[in-house]
Parts: sequence; C-alpha cells; structure tokens
Amino acid sequence: MQQNLSSSDPIVSLRDVQKSFGPLRVLDGVSFAVERGEVLALIGRSGSGKSTALRCIDRFEKVDGGEIVVCGHRVDRPDVDLRALRQDVGIVFQSYNLFPHLTIEQNITLAPCAVKGMATSRARDLARKVLAQVGLEEKLHAYPEQLSGGQQQRAAIARSLAMQPKVMLFDEVTSALDPELTAEVLKVIEQLAADGMTMVMVTHEMGFAKGIADRIVFMHRGKVHETGPASILTSPTTPELTQFVGTGNLKS
Amino acid sequence: MGGHLNINHLMFLGHGALWTIGLSMIALIGGGIVGFVIALARISPLKSVRIASAVYVQLIQGTPLLVILFLGYFGLAAIGLKVSPLAAAGASLTLYVAAYLGEIWRGCIQSVPKPQWEAAEGLALSRTQRMMKVILPQAIRIATPPTVGFMVQIIKNTSLASVVGFVELMRSGQIVNNSLFEPFAIYAIIAVVYFAMCYPLSLFSQKLERRMGRGRSNLAPA
Repeated sequence: MQQNLSSSDPIVSLRDVQKSFGPLRVLDGVSFAVERGEVLALIGRSGSGKSTALRCIDRFEKVDGGEIVVCGHRVDRPDVDLRALRQDVGIVFQSYNLFPHLTIEQNITLAPCAVKGMATSRARDLARKVLAQVGLEEKLHAYPEQLSGGQQQRAAIARSLAMQPKVMLFDEVTSALDPELTAEVLKVIEQLAADGMTMVMVTHEMGFAKGIADRIVFMHRGKVHETGPASILTSPTTPELTQFVGTGNLKS
Repeated sequence: MGGHLNINHLMFLGHGALWTIGLSMIALIGGGIVGFVIALARISPLKSVRIASAVYVQLIQGTPLLVILFLGYFGLAAIGLKVSPLAAAGASLTLYVAAYLGEIWRGCIQSVPKPQWEAAEGLALSRTQRMMKVILPQAIRIATPPTVGFMVQIIKNTSLASVVGFVELMRSGQIVNNSLFEPFAIYAIIAVVYFAMCYPLSLFSQKLERRMGRGRSNLAPA
C-alpha cells in the first residue's frame, strides 16, 4: 500500500502501537516519528521494548494495534507490500548475519541483482563503491569468516546501503563488539549521518547517541517514557531516565 | 543338484550386486526428488500442506519397509494393476526413502540460523530467492554427511526387495543356494559384498562430518 508521499511527511511514523507476546505487553501505545534526514536513537533497559519497536518498522513483528507508516507504506496493514517496504528500509542486526557461503562482494550484489534486476557488472561497481564507504575495499573477495566482527558489521552495513534505502535501522549493531571494533563501526554510522541518511538506531552506546542523535526516545515498560533532543541525556526530567543514564551508561 | 561354487555362480551373484546398486540408485534419485518436495512441504507457509506432508512422513516411518514392499507388489496387483518386481520395489523404496530424506533435509533447512532468513528478508528477497540463494546452499552443506550416511541404509534395505521376487544381490544368493546348499559360504560372500559397497560410503560420511566440524568452528564470530 503505497500512498502519495509528500516531502514533508515523516519517513517513519508510529502511532499508538500495541504489541504483545502472549500475555506480555511489549509495546503499550508507542508513538514517535522520524523526519527525513533525522537520526533517532531508541534507548532503554533490556526488555523495555525498543528492539521490538524497531523490528515493527520493518515488519519483522506484526503489531496488534495502532498505525505504522514507513515511506508511505502502511506497515500495520496485512496487505502491505513487504518487498516494496524492504527496498525502502535497510536493517542491520547485532549478529551481522552476512551469508557465510558467499564472498563479501556476492553478499552485497545478491539483492540488487535478484530484487532490482541490476546487471552483474553494475552491481559489482556498486559493491566496490559501498565497500569504500565503509573502508573495506580490500575485502571484496574475502568470505565473512575471514573478517573481524567489526569488519563483518561494516560489510553488513555496506550490503544494506547497496539497496539504496530511504531509511536505515540499526538494531544494537555494536553490542557484540569490543570497544575498539565498536569505534570503527560507529565511525561508519557517523559518516552516514553526516551524509544525511535517515536512521533509527537501538543502542546502548549513550555517548554515541548523545553525539549523533537528533532525537532520543527513551522507552520504559513498553511506553515512550521521555523524548527530546540529545540534551535530555545530560538533563533528564523523569526519575527513570535519570536513573538509566546515571548508572554508568553515559560515556563522555 | 549339488556341485561346487563356480564362476557362473559368481557371475550370477555379480549380476545381482549390480541390480542392488541399480535399485539403490533408483531409490536414491526417486526418493531424493520426492524427499526434496516433502522437505519443502514440511516447512510450507500453508498449514494444510505442512499437515499433509507430516502425515505422509509419519505413515511411512511407522510402517516396516517389508510391509510397504508387499503392499506395492500385491496390493497393486489386487486392484488390477500388474506391476513388475522392479517397478514395485522401485516405487516402494522411493516412497520410503522420500519420507526419511524429507525429514533429514527439513531438519537441515531449519538448522540454518533464523537470522539468516531475516537478513535475506530484510534485503527484500522473495521467499523463493531466500530459499534458493541463501538457505539451501547452507543447508546442503549441513545435509551432506547425514545424506551419505543414509545411503548406506538404502543399500542394505534393498535386500528386502527379494521378497517380491526382484533378483538383486540377496535374491541371487538365495537362488544360488537353492542349487548348491551351501548357505553359510554363500551368505558370507553376500555379506562381504554388501560390506564392500557400504563401508566406503560410511568412511566418506565420517570424513565429511569431520570436515563439517572444522568448518563450523571457523564460523564462530571473531
């Protein structure tokens, strides 16, 4: 369901989204919107619903109620065109999820060739271009298992970029990495932000969120508990966020 | 009657051994094709297809191969279809092998980590593309050792086709024994021939499994 999209409409909007896993209410009336070119950081404790909210945007979870519109697609409706939605949305996971049987180049060219019908030679040029963007040109012909975790995650970001998404989702993409590797991945994401990519990221890197996010959404018990510019991390208004950022989460 | 084991007897046994290999190939190819369909049906998004394929697997796995062979041969004859022993044995083994290979392969497809499906979905690949380009290539690696191992079972189980009069290795041994009355010597020869066919496959399967084990450890996140 693609609706006419005017340039002023948000890229992603959630309105009163409800989601339960069995008796457990994970999302309890979640609403937020992401404007074009904006970087939104979803933060909160484990189990607060932030990852579920992110996964609902790309419809890896079906919602029980409320409205989700992503690039004009009505994601909450059962008749949403999933393949069209996922061409507009790129997602990067905590566990990289590169395809182990394919080289980095093949990982990247697979979807542009299979989904968009791109010619192989053009897709290869594209692979070189997106790998250069993440600083991995020399790994074109390597297999994922030959790369470090940080390199794998950067390759996964490149794979996603090759589909030229309108918005990128990052689901705790540095949680499996040590501080040094985390830094190299965050650098790539910073560059994307500087290039104007619209992004929604679930992150535990508070210092990073503070530096890069235009807006913070703090989730608590399935609800948006506090939201505002990055400055709310240094001067929170609710006791829950005060406690959350005060427990050593905020690296300077 | 009587006499000694001579070159003609051995030639006859060799001929039977060739048919054992032939029947095994029929069972493997036929069962492989049907089994592949069963494996896909078992994980179909359609519930009715999943149930139908599960019932098939349960029915076949809960029935002795000997009974399936008798049903194939005498059952079809009873309803007026005259089938040759080769056709009956080939069809029965195909149905039997399909149920087991389908179940082995379903397990292999499902053992490809779920995030691999999600990553492929996130890249807008269709279900068929996800299966063909992402999941199956990984599942085939996982499936190779148990499939080769199961081929050993197929070869041994073709001996049951002797009951419907199909002259494979076992049946040819029985026929030779009927003229020589040297059951121990003859069945010892037959045992050795079966072993000679199965042992290389067993070794190959073990080797593949060891190689898989090494590959697995390489896949651990760095």
